[in-house]
Amino acid sequence: MAHSSRPHSSRHRGEWKTHAALSLAVFLVSAPLIFAVIKSTQVSSDVLSPKLMPGGAFLDNLRNVWTDAHLGRYMLNSLIVAFCVTTGKTILSLLAALAFVYFRFPLKGAAFVLVLLSLMLPTEVLIIALFDLVSRDLKWADTYQAIIIPFLASATGTFLFRQHFMNIPASLADAARIDGCGPLRFLTAVLVPMSWNTVGALAVIQFVYAWDQYIWPLVIMQKDDKQVVQVGLRKLIEVGGQTDWGAVMAGAIVTMLPPLIVFTLLQEQFSKGFALTEDK
Amino acid sequence: MIKPRQAAPDNGEERAVFKGVALPWVFLLPTLLILAVFIYLPALRTLKLAAYKANVILGTERFVGLANFAELLSSPAYRQVALQTFIFMLLTVSLGLLLSITLAWLASRPIRGAKTYRLLLIYPYALSPAIAGTLWLFLFNPEIGVVNQMLGAAFHVKPRWLDTPLLAFGLVTLAAIWKGLAYNIVFYLASIQNLPGDVMEAAEIDGASPAQVFWKVAFPLLTPITFFLVFTNIISALFDSFALTDILTRGGPYYHNAGITTFLVYQLYQDGFVNFKTGAAAAQAALMLALVAFVTWMQFRLGEKRVHYGA
Repeated sequence: MAHSSRPHSSRHRGEWKTHAALSLAVFLVSAPLIFAVIKSTQVSSDVLSPKLMPGGAFLDNLRNVWTDAHLGRYMLNSLIVAFCVTTGKTILSLLAALAFVYFRFPLKGAAFVLVLLSLMLPTEVLIIALFDLVSRDLKWADTYQAIIIPFLASATGTFLFRQHFMNIPASLADAARIDGCGPLRFLTAVLVPMSWNTVGALAVIQFVYAWDQYIWPLVIMQKDDKQVVQVGLRKLIEVGGQTDWGAVMAGAIVTMLPPLIVFTLLQEQFSKGFALTEDK
Repeated sequence: MIKPRQAAPDNGEERAVFKGVALPWVFLLPTLLILAVFIYLPALRTLKLAAYKANVILGTERFVGLANFAELLSSPAYRQVALQTFIFMLLTVSLGLLLSITLAWLASRPIRGAKTYRLLLIYPYALSPAIAGTLWLFLFNPEIGVVNQMLGAAFHVKPRWLDTPLLAFGLVTLAAIWKGLAYNIVFYLASIQNLPGDVMEAAEIDGASPAQVFWKVAFPLLTPITFFLVFTNIISALFDSFALTDILTRGGPYYHNAGITTFLVYQLYQDGFVNFKTGAAAAQAALMLALVAFVTWMQFRLGEKRVHYGA
C-alpha cells in the first residue's frame, strides 16, 4: 500500500493537490464577490453584523439605490455609452484594417505609424488638455458625445483586424474583385463572416473598457443625469453620514452584470480570439 | 490592449488588390480624424499648457518655460509619489504575473473540472476597478468589515487598514493584484493551450517531474507572452489604479510628504481638477507621456531582440 508500483499513483496524488490549490484560488478570487452577494440580500441590521446567512432583502436594497440614488439612470447612461463605443470602435477598426490590408496608397506607412503611436498616449495622461478642448472649445461638457466620440478610434482593433485579414488567403480578395465585388461588399460579405472570433474577442475587451471608464466621466460630467455607473458607485459610498452598505452591495452586484453577460455570451469567441493570436 | 503579433508570414501573396487612391483614405478618415482631434491635439496642447502658469482666480496665464518641470522635479512630495508608484508597479507586476502563471498552469492540467476552474478564474475580468475598490472598502472597513470582525473574534485585533500607511499601501497593492489576475490568466491560458504538447509529454516520459516540465520546458516557451504581459501590466499599474485608489483610499493616508497611495495619475488628477494647478498637472502629464513612450520603446526594442514567437 505504501509504495504502489504503478506509475499512475504519483500523478494521482499530484492531481489531488492541484484540485486543492485551484479550489483555494477560486475561493480567494471569488470571496469578495460572494461576500458582496450575501450582504446585498440582508436587512441593514444584519449587513453590519458578522452574519453570513443570506436574507431576503435584495430587492429592497436594490430599490433603495435604483431610484433614490439614481443607479437606474447611471446604468442606462453606461449602457448607451458602452454600446455606442463598442459598435463604433468595431466598425471603424474594420474599415481602417480594410484600407491597410487591401489597398496600396501613398503615405500608407505614415498613416500606420499615426495609428500605432496613439497607443503611447493614454487618455488618463491627456486628461488636462482633453478637458480643456472638450469643455471649452467644443462645449461638450455634460453631453453623451463627450464620453463617446473621443473613444471611437481603436489602434488595438485596427491591428487585430489587420493581422487577422493578413492570415486570410489573398486569392479570396482576387476572386471577389474579379466577380465585380467592391471593397465594402467584400468586407461585409466575406471578411466579417470569417472574423467572428476576432470581432467577439474585441467586443468583450471594448465593452469592458467602455463600461469601466472612470476618470474621464468623473471630470467631464458635472450633471448627475448623464453620469456613468462607475462614478455613480463612488457617489453611493460618499453620501453624508451612514453608508447603506446593503444597498451599495446590491448596486455593485447589478453594476457588474452587463459586462459579465457580454463576457458569458462571447466567452467562446473571446478565448478563441486570443488562442488564434498564437496561430502562425 | 491586445498582444501585438509578429507579422504574418509573407508568402509572397499580395493583398492590395483593390484600386483607388481616395477610397482607402475614406475608410481611414474616421479613425485618423478622431485620433488627430482627441489624441494628438491634446498631446500637443499638454506640452503647451506645461509651459504656462495659470491663475484660476485672476483668470490669467503666464508663460514660464520649463519652470513647472523644475518645480516638480525638486518637489519632495512629487518625488515620493513617483517612488511609491514605482514600488507599487514592481510589486503588482511581479507578484501578479507569478500568481497568474501558476494558476493558469494548474488550470491547464488534464484534470477533471479543468474547464470549470478556468471559467471561475477568468470571469472576474468583467469586474471594474471601481467595483473592486467598493468591495475592498467594505471588506476592510475597520468597524463593520468582515475581515476585522473575523480578526477581532479570533485574535482581538482590528487593524486600521485604511489609516495606517503601510497597511493601506499593502491593501491597495493586493487589491490591484487581485483585480489584474483574470486578465493575465486569460492570456496565459491561451498560450499554454498552444504549447507543443508532444514536447512536454516527451519530457514527462523521460522522467521529468511536473516542476521540471514547468520550469525547463513550459516556462521558456511562455517568455513571449510573459514579456507582453509585463508591459501591459506596467501600463495598467500606472493608469488603471486610479479608480481603485480613488474609491478605496482617496490617495491617503498621509506619509512624509504625500498620501502613501497617491500614485502618478492620482496626483495629476488632484493638481489638475482639485487644486486647479493646470500648469503643474500638464507638466506631470508631459513627464508621464515620456514615461509611457519609454516603456513602449523598450517593449519594441527588447521584443525584437529577444523572444521567439510561435512554437
